[in-house]
Amino acid sequence: MKRKIWFNVLMAVLVAGLFFTVSCAKKAVVSDAGTVKQAATTTDDAAAKAAADAARAAAEKAEKEKAAKIAAARKQFENEDVHFDYDSSELTAAAKTLLKAKAAWLTENVSAAVTVEGHCDERGTTEYNLALGERRSTAVKAYLVDMGIAAARMNTISFGEEKPLDTGKTELAYTMNRRAHFAVK
Amino acid sequence: MMKKNILQGFYCVLFLGCFWIPVCHGVTYINISNPLLKKSPIAVPDFKALSGSAEEVKDGKTAVQILTEALNFTGYLKTMDPVAFLTSPAKSGIQLSEINFRDWTGIGAELLITGGVLVESPGNVKFELRLMDTFNSKLLVGKVYTGTESQIRKMMLMFCSEISFVLTGKYGVFNTELAFVSTVDGNKEIFTCDFDGQNIKQITSHKTISLSPSWSSDGKWLAYVSYAKGKPDIYIKNLQENRGAIVNFKGMNISPDWMPGQLKLAGALSFSGDQEIYLLTINGEVIKRITDSLGIDVSPKFSPDGLKIAFTSKRAGTPQIFIQDIDSGSVKRLTFSGLNNTSPAWSPDGRKIAYVGIEKNQIDIFVMSIDSGVPVQLTADSGDNEDPAWSPDGSMLAFTSTREGGVPRIFVMNASGTDQRRLLNMSGKQTQPDWSISDSTREGM
Repeated sequence: MKRKIWFNVLMAVLVAGLFFTVSCAKKAVVSDAGTVKQAATTTDDAAAKAAADAARAAAEKAEKEKAAKIAAARKQFENEDVHFDYDSSELTAAAKTLLKAKAAWLTENVSAAVTVEGHCDERGTTEYNLALGERRSTAVKAYLVDMGIAAARMNTISFGEEKPLDTGKTELAYTMNRRAHFAVK
Repeated sequence: MMKKNILQGFYCVLFLGCFWIPVCHGVTYINISNPLLKKSPIAVPDFKALSGSAEEVKDGKTAVQILTEALNFTGYLKTMDPVAFLTSPAKSGIQLSEINFRDWTGIGAELLITGGVLVESPGNVKFELRLMDTFNSKLLVGKVYTGTESQIRKMMLMFCSEISFVLTGKYGVFNTELAFVSTVDGNKEIFTCDFDGQNIKQITSHKTISLSPSWSSDGKWLAYVSYAKGKPDIYIKNLQENRGAIVNFKGMNISPDWMPGQLKLAGALSFSGDQEIYLLTINGEVIKRITDSLGIDVSPKFSPDGLKIAFTSKRAGTPQIFIQDIDSGSVKRLTFSGLNNTSPAWSPDGRKIAYVGIEKNQIDIFVMSIDSGVPVQLTADSGDNEDPAWSPDGSMLAFTSTREGGVPRIFVMNASGTDQRRLLNMSGKQTQPDWSISDSTREGM
């Protein structure tokens, strides 16, 4: 990685040097040669430094962008919850689509281990919802195992109705709370 | 337990000579399971200061206040406003022969309590208490209690147990406790309190989620669920000694319930990959698997004889309550109406199951006679109502309700659904009450 950066920087310096040499020659026509030469040398040094800075910045930016992309992918992986129907631990079509994306991420990030948390809406009793939340988390894990993700990379836990995302009593709140959440360890 | 020490501390329960023996084989004054029960008016006039000291007057007032509140807690007695009283036994005398019963029947009092207070030495007090049937001019029960001033509440509650026994054939709730869950700084911890919500004690400090407390029938153990080790496991805790066990098989270990009369418990465990109900030793070892059905099986509750369990299962497609014979394994479905019936609680007489039913997002408590299978709704239009738990005498149910400002609190009601009222005054959110088995019935007083 580091080598590549330095190579890029070197190339940038060479290209910039070439460019400035050409433009200096033009200037030489209208000015005193000695001064021009002096000036040209100064310009050459400054230009090379600026070019190197620009290249470094560009490389840094590219790195940053790449890191941001990785972080964003991870964030998306963690933030996008798998949702369920009321009193159900069956995976819906939307849930399966989302789980395919999860599987892709897990395939790309082979060293990542995750916890799949099962959650419920507040309807139903505490104990029943603990059981339902466990079934949601294990349904998600089983699907990912089928997609080739190693079972050892995933563990499951149920929080039942103990950790709602939205404490409201609306259908939307209930929908948000019926979820399997991924936490990267 | 503390109760036993106090029991020993009293030179109590001397019958006051020549007294009538209260219980007439199966005949009870009040049938507490009658839903149309009318409350009997009971008069509790000021106690007599036997040596006339100011301390006796003060202790007497304290005692009358405690008695009044405790008797009103029952679903079958109603203390009368002292303004109506025509005479004062504190002046005219507290013994049967000194009472003019017409003074009491005339104002509608069916029952009368008289009391005498004697401070024997500073801080030590003796109470002489009588319950009388005014219409029959009869003494129903008389007791003497001796203890320290700090034990006045205990002494009055012991007399309430006697009153309950003579009137209903059961010692009632006065010597019982509840365990429940309350939030502390956002975490859920296990607490206990007396039957009337007093003497609140924090039992756990796991600083995580703790749930589902269950009393052993000897009152010495609590089982509960906690995430203390990161996932839901069953904790078995001795309340007096620092010992216990943790049931932490792979998967989740939840919903403990003690077998009546034995130190064994049932719980829902998922180590097999499927949630099933198991019978466990007090050390958390599996004795046997009780249920065998793919899908959710949770919330076991033993029948009072310990031979059956009621539980919640999704085997029929929706959560419903089933009853299984533990030995034979035969199962019958109990609930048929509604698409979501959970959280069974077996009545102490073995005849009924209280449970939670959800219809149209309304969460309410129902009770069903096992024989008839007809559901009776006990709560309605008052927030979410969950976690029914019977009092050990079967006269009341404790439950969780969000009716006050949407915050879950512990409430109690009479078994027929009347007199629904908040039990506890404390900050945080309270849920999942479990009522202890009565000390009185346990130790036979």
